Amino acid sequence: MHIVVCIKQVPDSAQIRVHPVTNTIMRQGVPAIINPYDLFALEEALRLKDKYGGTVTVITMGPPQAEAALRKALSFGADDAILITDRAFAGADTLATSFALASAIRQIQKNMPVDMVFTGKQTIDGDTAQVGPGVAKRLDMQLLTYVSKIVSVKAEASEIVVERRAEGGVQLLKTSLPCLVTVLEGNNQMRFASMPNMFRAARHPLKVWDKDAAGIEDITKIGLKGSPTVVSKVFAPTPKSERAEMIEVESGDPRDVAITVLSKMFTRFPVVEKEIAKRA
Amino acid sequence: MSEKFDVIVVGAGPSGNAAAYTMAKAGLNVLQLERGESAGSKNVQGAILYADALEKIIPDFRDDAPLERHIIEQRMWVLDDDSFVGTHYRSDAFNKEPFNRYTIIRAQFDKWFSGKVQEAGALVICETTVTDLLRDEGNRVVGVQVDRDGGSIYADVVILADGVNSLLAKKAEFHPELEPKNVALAVKEIHFLPQEVLQERFNIGEEEGVVIELFGKITQGMMGTGFLYTNKESIAVGVGCMLSDFKEQKTTPYALLEEMKNHPSIKPLLAGGEMKEYTAHLIPEGGYKAIPKIYGDGWMIVGDSGMFVNAVHREGSNLAMTTGRIAAETVIDLIKAGKPMSAANLEVYRSKLDDSFVMKDLKKYQEMPEIFHENRQFFTTYPELVNRSAHTMLHVDGVDKKTKEREIFSSFRQKRSLFGLMGDAYKLWRAFR
Ligand SMILES: Cc1cc2nc3c(=O)[nH]c(=O)nc-3n(C[C@H](O)[C@H](O)[C@H](O)COP(=O)(O)OP(=O)(O)OC[C@H]3O[C@@H](n4cnc5c(N)ncnc54)[C@H](O)[C@@H]3O)c2cc1C
Repeated sequence: MHIVVCIKQVPDSAQIRVHPVTNTIMRQGVPAIINPYDLFALEEALRLKDKYGGTVTVITMGPPQAEAALRKALSFGADDAILITDRAFAGADTLATSFALASAIRQIQKNMPVDMVFTGKQTIDGDTAQVGPGVAKRLDMQLLTYVSKIVSVKAEASEIVVERRAEGGVQLLKTSLPCLVTVLEGNNQMRFASMPNMFRAARHPLKVWDKDAAGIEDITKIGLKGSPTVVSKVFAPTPKSERAEMIEVESGDPRDVAITVLSKMFTRFPVVEKEIAKRA
Repeated sequence: MSEKFDVIVVGAGPSGNAAAYTMAKAGLNVLQLERGESAGSKNVQGAILYADALEKIIPDFRDDAPLERHIIEQRMWVLDDDSFVGTHYRSDAFNKEPFNRYTIIRAQFDKWFSGKVQEAGALVICETTVTDLLRDEGNRVVGVQVDRDGGSIYADVVILADGVNSLLAKKAEFHPELEPKNVALAVKEIHFLPQEVLQERFNIGEEEGVVIELFGKITQGMMGTGFLYTNKESIAVGVGCMLSDFKEQKTTPYALLEEMKNHPSIKPLLAGGEMKEYTAHLIPEGGYKAIPKIYGDGWMIVGDSGMFVNAVHREGSNLAMTTGRIAAETVIDLIKAGKPMSAANLEVYRSKLDDSFVMKDLKKYQEMPEIFHENRQFFTTYPELVNRSAHTMLHVDGVDKKTKEREIFSSFRQKRSLFGLMGDAYKLWRAFR
């Protein structure tokens, strides 16, 4: 069983600051981390490997510094890592990115067939959730999005069963391999790397692929040229000016308190009252 | 299948990086372990970089090291509640290359240094904490234990570069628990300002920087100092006092810094800036007398972990780099000579340090901590008297200068007896001689 996990190095949004002078986002000094959703995807892949055996290959398209993300993935237990990096990729939107990743995965398949491709649900810096589906479409793979749990994989029967979070409930889905799975947060936690794995990750000869190695001929499909998305404007939403309100209550009686709070709330949010009345 | 190296360096601050770089450059098989996410991610410094110590390790560091500004002006202020008496030394000689002192941002600097260590061939592994030292039957240190599965790693010698409050050294009983009177707690903020505003405010050019050292009432009677440094487009401002004083005075470092920032002489320098970073860190300031044993069978201690800080001149990182380099050179020599890393052979490290500025400077000021601990008038009464004297002399009010002089002298006499004044002069002389 061969699983390819696509990861992305992103700025740690918890530590992003806005430049006090120019009001632009300061990327300098903000630590780069592996997109948290991708970590769930990677851990899910490693668990399958623990259970069924097989190979996990991590890939990322990014600048040379993204090597750190791959080495980290190796330390967690990935078997191999490929950095897809080329000046020509600069400025890629989700369309161009999925084109490049799909192309690279096709190259990987030439050496070892790929049964599954895992990605995170979305990245925390782009929030589009488009790259995974884009790759699946290009590779003509079955697509399972918002997967909260991989129930089982039967390689011989070429079959996978997963739980998918959907509006109002959980779907139990079965499909055939090869497939692409985008993984949701929260149902596993990344393991703590062992020291031998730390050594292995630090010494692993990383594969670095440029666009040619990734099998890309048509350069109008990658980078800025291959990106129809235009960001026309970036603006911060106007902050809500609502303030917390101190509510005075006549007596300390819990009943009084509840009534006062509720009536305050209903005057302020009539929808809530309507909704409650409807359900009552 | 445990791993074995020539040497393991614990910590990737300036001392550890200096040691690891020097040894890797000489072809040794070096492993460096750092508990932070990356080198420098947890480290705090003002920060002034003294070029000399780094030049001796990486002569061409100026080519690509992240340096903020070179220092062309040093101010020393003695502060009363709403005034200061100060000296400024500014010289165009400081504008001649190679520059001697720079402001740096430690997180960036440490990352750069770590890159050099890796280029030199050392294996650097972060996010890994050394929890213990491994020993053989003869109690020699033979390696380290880390906080990961399969975490026993071996080496001929282990260099502890793990900073102030080394839990490892304590656990290994190389030195006892740090005493609060031997360690300062410092807090620091970074305030951003547009580059042009900053340069105008301090009367400096594009690359030039200013250092202000602060002393007196700002530490509210506690033993300590404050500082203010100019970075490229920010100002680092901080204050540190002995931990024992904070405990006794029940002041928080944060409140102390808040008050200091509101001092009428300091506030305008920070005006309009935006605070973006707040950090706190310990500084070992016990001086010469508090230096523990720094070598033994299979181990050496470098940097803050060995109390190598010259608090009077606010030099730490240069002592860290120098001790790291000298420890490394000791190991290289022994390996070349095919000698074991025994305490008897590693003694060279201590004697080389004794011959260097590191021990000479620390020895020079060895009485200082004790004298300042016991004579708080240096932080309160004298700054006050000096400021009031200046005020008396400069305030033109029809009183003749001779009378003013007498007034000043008697104000000194009121605060301290003649005997006390002479005693203090003697103490100061002893502290600084
Ligand atoms: C506010 C402030 C201002 C200062 N200003 C100046 C200045 O202007 N100029 C100057 O020269 N000096 C200054 N200093 C002092 C200077 O910062 C230190 O002397 C210097 O950082 C010491 O270097 P080091 O390598 O010994 O320790 P550190 O820089 O503290 O590095 C120790 C490293 O070891 C790691 N570590 C610790 N324990 C373990 C473990 N068990 N396993 C793995 N890793 C571990 C830590 O994460 C850390 O990275 C200042 C200090 C402070 C706090």
